[in-house]
This record gives sequence, structure tokens and C-alpha cells, in this order.
Amino acid sequence: MSNGVYLQLLATTTGVLLLSAVLQVWGRSTVRAIGLLVLQGTALAGLVLTVGVHAGEAAAPLVAGLVLVVKALVMPWAMLRSARVIGVTRERSARVKPAIELIGAAALTLLAYAVSGPILGDRTDPATQAVPVGVSLVLLGFWQLLVRGSAITELIGFLMLDNGIATISFLTSGGLSLVVELGATLDVLLVVLILGVLAVRLHAEQGHIDISELRELHD
Amino acid sequence: MAIVIWIPLILPLVLGVVSGLRQRSAWTLWLPVASAAVLLGAGVVLILDVSDRGPITTADGLLRVDSLSAWMLAVVGVVAVVALWGGVPHRTDRSRNIGRFAGLLCLFLAAMSLAVAADNIGLMWVAIELTTITTAFLVGSRGGRGALEAAWKYVILGSAGVAIAFLGIVLIFAASRTGGAPSLSWVVLLAHAGSLDPTLTRAGAALAVLGFATKAGLAPMHSWLPDAHSQAPATVSGLMSGVLLSVAFYAILRIQAVADAAIGPALMRELLLAAGLLSLAVTAGLAITQKDFKRLLAYSSIEHMGLLALGAAAGGPLAIAAVLLHILGHGLVKSSMFVLSGRILGFTGSHDIADVRNLLRRRPDLGGPFLLGAAALLGFPPFVTFFTEVAIIVAGFQRGLGWQMMVACILLVVVFAGIARHVLAMTVGTDPDPEVARTLPAPPDKPARFRQVPIGIALGLCAVVGFAAWPLAGPLVAAVAALGGGR
Repeated sequence: MSNGVYLQLLATTTGVLLLSAVLQVWGRSTVRAIGLLVLQGTALAGLVLTVGVHAGEAAAPLVAGLVLVVKALVMPWAMLRSARVIGVTRERSARVKPAIELIGAAALTLLAYAVSGPILGDRTDPATQAVPVGVSLVLLGFWQLLVRGSAITELIGFLMLDNGIATISFLTSGGLSLVVELGATLDVLLVVLILGVLAVRLHAEQGHIDISELRELHD
Repeated sequence: MAIVIWIPLILPLVLGVVSGLRQRSAWTLWLPVASAAVLLGAGVVLILDVSDRGPITTADGLLRVDSLSAWMLAVVGVVAVVALWGGVPHRTDRSRNIGRFAGLLCLFLAAMSLAVAADNIGLMWVAIELTTITTAFLVGSRGGRGALEAAWKYVILGSAGVAIAFLGIVLIFAASRTGGAPSLSWVVLLAHAGSLDPTLTRAGAALAVLGFATKAGLAPMHSWLPDAHSQAPATVSGLMSGVLLSVAFYAILRIQAVADAAIGPALMRELLLAAGLLSLAVTAGLAITQKDFKRLLAYSSIEHMGLLALGAAAGGPLAIAAVLLHILGHGLVKSSMFVLSGRILGFTGSHDIADVRNLLRRRPDLGGPFLLGAAALLGFPPFVTFFTEVAIIVAGFQRGLGWQMMVACILLVVVFAGIARHVLAMTVGTDPDPEVARTLPAPPDKPARFRQVPIGIALGLCAVVGFAAWPLAGPLVAAVAALGGGR
């Protein structure tokens, strides 16, 4: 892979990752949000392939394939299935107004660039330069976890957070060892499946999946 | 000897699968107890073997048991035996999905064994996340709104917290790559600590500790804990409070050892001091107003995790040895207390402290051990918790944390008053209804003696270990040394 192609692919995949994260903040449709997650998973798999092939790692296509299957197919499918069973395609309420949510997201993206600089120091390779995208995804994922009101969108926030961490991992070090990557992917998949089941049970128990109305337990 | 490492990993898995297949057989409830006993046995064998021949490594270096891992394995085993044996429900109140329940408990034990036996921070992370996965349905297994809410909060906060720890691990790996020895192994990271990139290590270690602190229930990331511990069945609460929190704390100790060697102790000390004092403050503020006795026990766990954090912040052989012994003492007592709280719940049918009165007379088989256990939790002598708490405070003063330890002592007095008030009301408080007070004591649950054995062993051990700690001295000193001497 020539250096020019590598740079372009790197810019495209990280660009799509950031775009999908920002679009995620905007809008209340669950189906659209899950669609964006498919796009994000695909971009992440593309990034894994690009970084891996450039570094000459033989296992890169395998890992990229795994990421594609799990993050762009299985997880969104499981979430779509939970959403269909519940019958909720739009979020009923959020804890803050959309405008504040967007301004917050913009501020967090700026913050991501601000904090990544000192951590990365004087590294100049192009992959490391794209790390702020991963940090943005992490912060935006947290933002979504914090401000969204429905169980499904909270789950989407969690996945965005996880995608952000995977992005940072592949950009800084080409990923961890295969055993750890496999284990971590399996763990996150199981967490998503469990939360999907819990969301369905929450709906069956109380007729809605508004997290802000979970007030049974308090001090 | 490597085979002994595999036994506590594989056997609970097999027994878990057997339990899952025999959905409705009541005997499956004994399989987790058997798994826990095997864990304890393996832990003791490994302690002896490691002290003779040094750490054992297997699976291409992914698994490595040193003195600290062996100590933790034995602690997980003994506490799990108490929680699981004491928590086996009587024949009359068993639910339909016994097999699945028992199977998840076995898998939970296997995940905790993996977490303490892994010589790779990444693999340890995978194991700690697996503990969340296996306990998710256990926390929600009673059903109903409260249990579902607790399970949701537990899984989402636990997973998000642990995800932050993963980000920290990624950065530590990047730091080791910069140093020229890319690895996530404790041994390699400690050996090359000097060459780790300091900025990345600082960020990575702080995030990893923050993430694992969520799982360990340290304030201010503790909000899932009282909900999950109060809603889960008694056995599960006992296991989670008694050992799961400590396993997460073990991860913090390992990260701290690497960070201290690479960037000096200041960062970890400040983080752990803040978390420790805040945890004590949260318990001091909320224990006194509690209305639910299981939540009260949950807050007590936050307090004890705070004490462990203060001990780790102080550092040094005395504090670290006290921390490791406190993990054992707290685990034994807290698992017994949760088992007892489950029985009290069965007797009164209510979580409310106000509904439980005069327990010492009405149900001496519950009231007596509950009062003794509470005394141990509050740090009364002769219980080992007294000695370890004093050791942690003294070590703190010795290491120049004077005012922080003063604040901790004041907070501990407030916590003491809050918890003692409720426990005394429950055990010796007068009955609001004088008619009830005049009736004879209610008979104990059947079969009474057999169910009391684990509680008796746990409280007995806890009372004796403080005086007769000589068999534990060797393993404790070795475990402290495994953490790089406790610095």
C-alpha cells in the first residue's frame, strides 16, 4: 500500500467515524441511530484493515472481518431486534434539549482534540494524529449515555464509547494481542445482548423504557 | 504444578454447564459450593507451592500465579464457600430455574479465578467484564421493577466504567510500545517500568484505576452498588460484596504497582486517597438515614473499600499486608451478613429496618450472629478487622498522611454511630407491638445447624485470625513482595 493511499484511507475511515458519531447526537429515531452504528462499525473495520495492512500484519483481515461481523452486523441486529420487540422506534424524551445536546457535542469534540495533544506528545505518524477522533467518540458516547432518556439510546451510547476505545487502540498500537481482542469483543457482544434482553424485560414490566423514570431505588 | 492453575478455571465451567443442563434438579445448587471448595483447595496448594518454588506460569505466559494471585484465589474460595453454602435455600423456597442460577454462579467463580490468575492486564480486564456478564441476570433474578432497575444500572454503569479501564489499558500498552517492549504482562511491565512513556502511563494508569474503581464500588463511582446489592438474592450479594469488589480492587493494586514503578507513587496515592476518603464520607452521610438493611450492608461495603483504598494509598509492607488481610476479614464477615440478611428477609418478609425488631429474642439463631457480624464490620476486637483497620491507620500516619488519617478516623466514628444505631435497633430494639414481644421465640429455619455451620466458621475464623495469624504471615509477606515490596 503506497503512503498516499494509506493516508487517504486513514482520513476517510476516521472521517466517517467522527461524522457518524456527530450525526448520532442529532435526531431521535432509534432505527436511524442503529443504522449509523452499522456505518460506524464498517468504518472501524476499514480502519483496522488499513492500519493492519500498512503495518504488514498477517492477522489484519481476520481482525477486520471480526470487527465487521460483530460491530456492523450482529450488534446492530440484536439492538434492532430488541427495538422491534419493544415496538419503540422513536425516543420519547431526552433529558436536555437537542440544541444543548449539539452544543455539548461540539464542545466535547474540541475537548477531545485539546486533551489528545499533550497525551500524544511529539509523535508525528499519521495514525497517531487521528487519535482525537477516537477520543471524540469516547466522549460523545459518554455524552449520549448521560443525556439520553431511553434504554436503547443509552445502549447506543455505550457502543459508541466502545467503538471509540477500539479506534484509539488500533491507531496508537495496531490493536492488542489477538486473545485480548477476541475476549474483549465477545464481552462487549454479550453485554449488548444482555442489555437488549433487560430492555425488553423493562418494557414488559413497566410499559416503557425511559431510564429517567427508573426511580424505584433511591436513598 | 501448572495443572493446579487450570483446575479452578475449567472445573467451575464444566459444573456450570452441567447445572445449566439439569435445569430443575435441586442438587445443582451444591455444584457452586463444590466449585468454591475447589477454588479454596487450589488456592491453598498454590500458596504452598509458590512459596517453595516461586511463581508458576502457563498458557504461554498468559496465566501466572505468584504469591498475591494465590492469596486472592484462596480468599475468593473461602468467602465463596461461606456465601454459597450459607445461601443454599431450604427445599421449600426454591425457584424453578435452579439449574440456570447455579450455572451462572459457577461461571462467575471461574471468571473471578481467571481475573486473579491472568498475567496480562488485557486478559484480566476480559475476566472482570465477564464477572459483570455472569452476574447481570443473577442481580435481576428476583424479578420485579426494583430488581430490573438494579440490573440495568449495574450492567450499564459497570460496563461503561470497565470500558474506561480498557481505554487505560490501551494507553498503557501504547506506553510500553514506545518503551520498546510492547506487552501487557505484569512481569514485563514491572521489569521495563523505567522505559514506559511517562505521559501515556500517567493517563493510562489513571483511567484504568478510575475504571476498576467503578467496579470496586469506590465513591464517587459507587451509585450502582447499593441498588445491585440490595436487590440481588442474598448469596449473590454476599459474593459480590465479599469478593467481587475485592477482585476489582486487586486489579487496582496491580496497576498501582506498575504506575508507581514507572512514574512514582504521587499520582496513585492522590487518586486512592481521594476515592478512599470520599467513600468513607458517602457512607458516613448515608448510613445513618438508611431504611433498608441490605442497603445498609452495601454502604458498609463502600466504607470498607474506602479503607482498602486508604491502605493502598499509604503503601509500604504494613499497609499492604493489612489491606490483603482486610480483604479476607471483610469478605468472610460481609458474605455471612448478607446470607443472614437473606434469612431475616425470609422471616420478616421486609427489607425495612423498621420491620425488624428484637431479633435477638425473637430469632436468636439470626440475631446472635447478625450482632456479632456487625461488631466485626464495625471493627471491634477480637475480630481481625480491628487489627487491620488499626494497621492501615497507623501505616498512614507513618507514611506522612497524618491529616488524611485524622479525617478518616472522624468519618469512621460517624459510620460507626450510623451502622451501630440500626443494628442495635434490629437486634435488641423493643418490639412496637407488646403482644409479639411476649410470644415465645420463633423456631429456627430447617435444617438449622447445618445452615449455621458456614456462618460459624466465618465469624470464628475472623475472630481467631487476628491473634493466630502466624500461619498467614508467610503468605502475606510473600504476597506483599509480589507487588514489588509494597513500595
